[in-house]
Amino acid sequence: MARVLLFGRLSDLAGWREREIESPFLSALRTKLAKEDALLGEALGGPGVQVALDQVIVRGDAPLNARTEVAFLPPMSGG
Amino acid sequence: MSVRLTFDPFDAGALLTAFCKGRTEVGAVATFTGIARAEAGSTTVLELEAYPGFTEAEIDKVAGQAKVRFGIDDFLILHRVGRIAPGEAVVFVATAARHRREAFEACDFLMDYLKSQAPFWKKEHGPDGARWVEPRPEDHADLARWESR
Repeated sequence: MARVLLFGRLSDLAGWREREIESPFLSALRTKLAKEDALLGEALGGPGVQVALDQVIVRGDAPLNARTEVAFLPPMSGG
Repeated sequence: MSVRLTFDPFDAGALLTAFCKGRTEVGAVATFTGIARAEAGSTTVLELEAYPGFTEAEIDKVAGQAKVRFGIDDFLILHRVGRIAPGEAVVFVATAARHRREAFEACDFLMDYLKSQAPFWKKEHGPDGARWVEPRPEDHADLARWESR
């Protein structure tokens, strides 16, 4: 079970912030999320949305293990 | 070298005093304090979200690079998270260097980074509801100034 975290507008859109989801790959996780919530699926693939696995930014697909923390990070702005 | 997040309001003056204390060789300390704007009543609360652990680590990585690049001796970055009222400080950046140019430039660079790249998500609450704020084109242009140097 990967621990999936949504930040910023993504968590407002989905109506949740954190969930445990079973998935062997990041790509499969995206497909699973898009199947149950098309708008979220689209937003997760939108411009400027980055993914961190165990707090490290990744590009492309990657395997997930039972304890992987998957964070979807929309465009960032502080200050 | 310190990067910290806080849910509580802070006193920028007290932070500056503490940051300067005991320094006999740095010669220059530059600071920036960012304050939440009311936007003529359209923003009643500013809400800042971070990814605890990741946010500090990412800022620390970039600030560490800036320390080498600009040749500064030390830095302090304190950033609010949670709900912030207009008039309260959102962010405080202090840099210490032997001479002023390095201190000014490192402080300027760190703020440009924080505005458009640091892992924070910002929401403005007001009488017309809430909206997520993303970096403006000017914020990206501000950070891009440092690439050509």
